[in-house]
Amino acid sequence: MESNLLSLLIWTPIVGGIVVLAAGGETRAPLARKLSLAFSIIALLLSLPLYNGFDKTTAAMQFEERFPWISTFNVFYHLGIDGISLVLILLTAFLTVIVVIAGWQVIQDKVAQYMAAFLIMEGLMIGVFSSLDAILFYVFWEGMLIPMFLIIGIWGGPNRIYATIKFFLYTLLGSLLMLVAFIYLYQQSGSFSLADYYDLPIGKNTQIMLFFAFLAAFAVKVPMVPVHTWLPDAHVEAPTGGSVILAAIMLKMGGYGFLRFSLPILPDASHILAGFMITLSLIAIVYIALVALVQDDMKKLIAYSSIAHMGFVTLGFFVFSAQGIEGGIVQMISHGFISGALFLCVGVLYDRMHSRLISSYGGVANTMPVFAAFMMLFAMANAGLPGTSGFVGEFLVILAAFKINAWYAVLAGTTLIFGAAYTLWMYKRVIFGVIANTEVKTLTDVNNREILFLTLLAGMVLLIGVWPFPILDLVHASVEQLVAQSAVSKIEIVTGAIR
Amino acid sequence: MFENMKLVYMAIPLSCLVASVVAGIFGRKIGRAGAHTITILAVAIAFALSLVVYVDVLEGNKFNGSVYTWMVSGGVPFEIGFLIDELSATMMAVVSFVSLMVHVYTIGYMHDDPGYQRFFSYISLFTFSMLMLVMSNNFLQLFFGWEAVGLMSYLLIGFWFDRESAIAASLKAFLVNRVGDLGFLLGIAAVVALFGSLDYSVVFAGAPGAASKSFSFLGGEMTWITAICLLLFIGAMGKSAQVPLHVWLPDSMEGPTPISALIHAATMVTAGIFMVARMSPLYELSETALSVVMVIGAITAFFMALIGLVQHDIKRVVAYSTLSQLGYMMVALGASAYAAGIFHLVTHAFFKALLFLAAGSVIIALHHQQDMRAMGGLRKPMPITYLTAVIGTLALVGFPGFAGFFSKDAIIEAVHLSELPGSGFAFIAVTAGVFVTAFYSFRLLFLTFHGRPRMDQETRRHVKESPWVVWVPLVLLAIPSILAGAWYFEPMLFGNFFGESLKVLPEHDTLAKLAAKHPEATGVALLWDVIVHGFVSPPTWLFLAGSVLAWVFYIEKPELPEKIVKRFGVIHGVLMNKYGFDEAYNVVFARGTREVGGALWKFGDATLIDGWLVNGTARIVGWVSSAVRHIQTGYVYHYAFAMIIGLFLLLTLFLKP
Repeated sequence: MESNLLSLLIWTPIVGGIVVLAAGGETRAPLARKLSLAFSIIALLLSLPLYNGFDKTTAAMQFEERFPWISTFNVFYHLGIDGISLVLILLTAFLTVIVVIAGWQVIQDKVAQYMAAFLIMEGLMIGVFSSLDAILFYVFWEGMLIPMFLIIGIWGGPNRIYATIKFFLYTLLGSLLMLVAFIYLYQQSGSFSLADYYDLPIGKNTQIMLFFAFLAAFAVKVPMVPVHTWLPDAHVEAPTGGSVILAAIMLKMGGYGFLRFSLPILPDASHILAGFMITLSLIAIVYIALVALVQDDMKKLIAYSSIAHMGFVTLGFFVFSAQGIEGGIVQMISHGFISGALFLCVGVLYDRMHSRLISSYGGVANTMPVFAAFMMLFAMANAGLPGTSGFVGEFLVILAAFKINAWYAVLAGTTLIFGAAYTLWMYKRVIFGVIANTEVKTLTDVNNREILFLTLLAGMVLLIGVWPFPILDLVHASVEQLVAQSAVSKIEIVTGAIR
Repeated sequence: MFENMKLVYMAIPLSCLVASVVAGIFGRKIGRAGAHTITILAVAIAFALSLVVYVDVLEGNKFNGSVYTWMVSGGVPFEIGFLIDELSATMMAVVSFVSLMVHVYTIGYMHDDPGYQRFFSYISLFTFSMLMLVMSNNFLQLFFGWEAVGLMSYLLIGFWFDRESAIAASLKAFLVNRVGDLGFLLGIAAVVALFGSLDYSVVFAGAPGAASKSFSFLGGEMTWITAICLLLFIGAMGKSAQVPLHVWLPDSMEGPTPISALIHAATMVTAGIFMVARMSPLYELSETALSVVMVIGAITAFFMALIGLVQHDIKRVVAYSTLSQLGYMMVALGASAYAAGIFHLVTHAFFKALLFLAAGSVIIALHHQQDMRAMGGLRKPMPITYLTAVIGTLALVGFPGFAGFFSKDAIIEAVHLSELPGSGFAFIAVTAGVFVTAFYSFRLLFLTFHGRPRMDQETRRHVKESPWVVWVPLVLLAIPSILAGAWYFEPMLFGNFFGESLKVLPEHDTLAKLAAKHPEATGVALLWDVIVHGFVSPPTWLFLAGSVLAWVFYIEKPELPEKIVKRFGVIHGVLMNKYGFDEAYNVVFARGTREVGGALWKFGDATLIDGWLVNGTARIVGWVSSAVRHIQTGYVYHYAFAMIIGLFLLLTLFLKP
């Protein structure tokens, strides 16, 4: 099918970002806001035909576009999506609109630049989810970091430079190893096309080395223990919108990478190292949950909670069953909404009191009852309550893990207790109780703009919780194929041909 | 009666959900009257339709079907659906009836509370959750309801969110329940792993065939069925507050009284009992699990009743009574007398709701005074409350003829006839429990309604009977507290009332053995036989002894308890400290996990990863570059020399054959 929908979806927000930059100088902030909202909504609308036209019955790539880009190295501008890409693209388009609305009044400094950064980042992130060429993927992958650095570095908190550099070094180191892996695969196959990599026979030891190269890139993004310590710092310093995109979408890049590269290209290494990956995932779920319990900064707590929840994603992927992988995917989507919503909730409080410390609050429910109700919903979703999206992925992953080894399920299941403990304990100290101080006493409840974005997110959290069928329906075919791909050994084909 | 019963089934929970959402979101617009009108109307509809369903089911029209597909993954469909049979129909009727009473009562009790609309929204949602739980035809929806009632109890216990004790209790309730839920979830995971389905009918049908499948566990063999039953029972221990997961329930008294009644009578705590009964086709296949259920139940029944002896808070006495009675129900389930367990659940729902609401009536009359030491002599100013409380007490202690007598007596008899390991202990525990129950119940009655009034003059002058919205529910609950036992005794215990919904293997069938004891009698003759027999049986003597002792202690010689406490200070201390569960959990779990978390954070993240790895790498890079800096001399011949050596090394490396 001939279509340039994906290109439109990538370039509309990027061009939009440039337009916003050009049109909205320091004095024309209102114009910049309106233009940004318009462009983000256009991008969201453009994603709808993608959803409507998507054929759920096939695992083949759809909406493909392929043009030569750097002919010398056989690099193509090659786009295409399957169900897994689609759900992540929809998430990206939806959350960018939310972030624009959320930054409406809060950002007063360099409005055009702020909004433009998010629009450009949206285009690049959609590019990551739809690239079928390794170099194109790499360009988008690295490109999207630039706006994020700027967002944290310019609109961030007092310790933003340390956070940005830590973030930068962590991710750069990982990405470079991934680039090395791409170059190796290019040497072997003469192509940068992912489809060629899927068919490429690779020996066992080579697979393991490549796996670690990819792991370096993806594990940092997810982030997995022990390369997670950049995340709490980055979140604490990032402005609210930056935290939302970081948690909701950027972390998903790592998970997406495992599904797009590690599992299908390196099936044997994935199986050999599954125990290792599962161990790291379980450490993330248990250890990080305990660490989250003792945080006194709300953003840090949610950041640690993110790491623990992403542990379910990697756990689900490396049990290699349809239930596990689908659970991981739903967990990624759900975590996008929930962590985004929680960071926005902290943002709502921060805008009013300029503190992220739990101890600065207490009794907020007395002055902000509507806000308290919203945050209760998101806190419960974070604790994985059935009926919210937070339950679906964790439930599936626990079911899948139980079949492999009941103890995996026991350890993963502790999230039921710890997840509730750290989330609700924070909620209790911030929202419940008597009014703690005069600042809390003068708080005003959420305004219509805040109600708007909280309602949108609440709607998604509940919708997925009550009826996850549509999401799973979109990814079934792709996941089935992925399970099949990762089950076929590539070593057999090589048989001695490796050096 | 109706063309499409499925719509009726759906209307029952959904009416509560809709009302709750309306009262919750538009509470300010529709006002107080609007909120209570819509929620009460909804629960009334739910109750009326539940009766329709109940009658329909007894006529033989059962239902088992899906409403919608929640999701499909890995070839397993996850459905939302209903199983309407004798068991669920009974539960629906009881839940919606008690809930309706509580709704009406709330108008009076919460009259001047600023969170009026929110409260109605919560209790309707609570009712919705419980209805979904009991109507489920699969484990997924069961877990939905399971967690949803946990959520609602969290919100309701912490309803007065500016009270530290209330919000601490609500968090505790949620987390302790979550411990149970972990077991429950793992049980469900085991079910899916073993049967590949979440559907009750598929699982139950496959259970006998899977009964012999086992795995090695801690050096021994364990069947999968036993593992599933024990894991699910951990969940039941959380919800139905069995030792050692009982600690949340007494603290749940921090919530407003109507919610205590709802939690303790019809919703939430009965979920565990209901679940085990629903899973009877699984539990029947594991005598190990049945024994565990019986022994845990017996421990709870006796030892929790003892704590009730020393409490001063009127609601806490009733709360410990609930714990103890839940233990009785569990014992019945463990003895495979599922019908007796559900029978006691039903009668208990009526008289326990009655006792709680009566306690609440006293509490509002005394302006939120809950300490029995500041009560006394209330039978004159509050005759209706007093009379209904007497009825509730007689039903609770098992006075022959009252509702609790039939159900409790059946449990004691059934456990006596059980041959499973632990049944001997359980029999002693539940029999001795009768004495303790009588003592604390009459202690409550005497301290509250009899003797010298101990409240201050001001309160005493103004104390009067509660308004009609409060006492009408009391009266309506008093009626089944008298009659429900006699009404259900024969059909539920001997008459195959539950049909296929409860499964008992012939070798476990204690109720069949019990029926053999009354070979001839049916109908009124049977009831008469049982009542007369009851007056001469040991439980009745024990109950009489308990009540007489309470009378001596609290009416005849009020100075006596003081002396006894001094004499047996140690035992009294142990009971006052509730056996030290709370302290132990606080130290080990609440503080323990925080300290472990803090240590992991400080050492793992801050020292090890950030300190050594991340910043260490940065430092090494710093050292290396400062060392390397010396090489950069700026002299061209130095660079040229380095380049030649480099080139030479590379060539050697690549040209090596």
